[in-house]
Amino acid sequence: MNLFDIIFYFFAFITLASAGIVVFSRNIIYAAFSLLFTFFGVAGIYVLLNADFIAVAQLLIYVGGILVLLLFGVMLTNKVVSVDIKTGTLQTLPASLLAAMTAGSICGVFYATDWKIVQSVPDVSTTTHRLGEMFLTTYLLPFEVASLILLVALIGAAMIARRGKTIF
Amino acid sequence: MLVDYIPIGIMIVFGVAFGVFMSKASEWLGPKNPNDVKQSIYESGMEPVRSARERMSIKYYMVAMLFIIFDIEVVFLYPWAVNFKQLGMFGLIEMFIFIVILMLGFVYVWKKGALKWD
Repeated sequence: MNLFDIIFYFFAFITLASAGIVVFSRNIIYAAFSLLFTFFGVAGIYVLLNADFIAVAQLLIYVGGILVLLLFGVMLTNKVVSVDIKTGTLQTLPASLLAAMTAGSICGVFYATDWKIVQSVPDVSTTTHRLGEMFLTTYLLPFEVASLILLVALIGAAMIARRGKTIF
Repeated sequence: MLVDYIPIGIMIVFGVAFGVFMSKASEWLGPKNPNDVKQSIYESGMEPVRSARERMSIKYYMVAMLFIIFDIEVVFLYPWAVNFKQLGMFGLIEMFIFIVILMLGFVYVWKKGALKWD
């Protein structure tokens, strides 16, 4: 077991342990905060896979943004005044059946897939540099279209939140 | 490759250690003379009114959604910033177009009053 393996298992442990808390915690706030460490662990694994840009995006968007949105969602939707912020276990049998089926099919796909294994990994120590180069030269149009998609999301959010209010 | 992340690792270790050490040090070293007034719950110096567990306004959610959209914009800025010198004027104009498109949305949201707190 070399250093790489140790670091991998460290991040894998963080991810799985905190994901376990997300699933099994009875308190929904603990679950939401535990998700922070799940996202962090996944970001660490991305770094190990030489995907540094995705790791940065993971930290910025998921840890910085989506998690805040999730916490807001918890605070907005719960009937926190009258009921405890707790999750309950309902429909245990159908749920475990469904989960077992999903897990089985995922494992089936995993073992049935003919994974291509690269013998020597090309030197891709930093992907961000190459990615930026290609974004702004070869794949310029998709890059600009991405801003249009963000524009649509922006306008959609404003439309839903402020329905019926006209501009000017 | 992994060597490049050693500073980040040191930073994380020190950050966590500092936070734990400081809070524990004040717990261990500080004098403890509790009384009823000190142990009472307070918020910004005033006595708390109503429950802390209230439903929040939907406006916070709107702000958080806008934050995520601009957060994603920042993620797109990052690979451009890495190549900024190399791409020069060409890259600058491309990014200008990118930001202008998003700025249109920002102006729309602004005019729609989504940033107003009424």
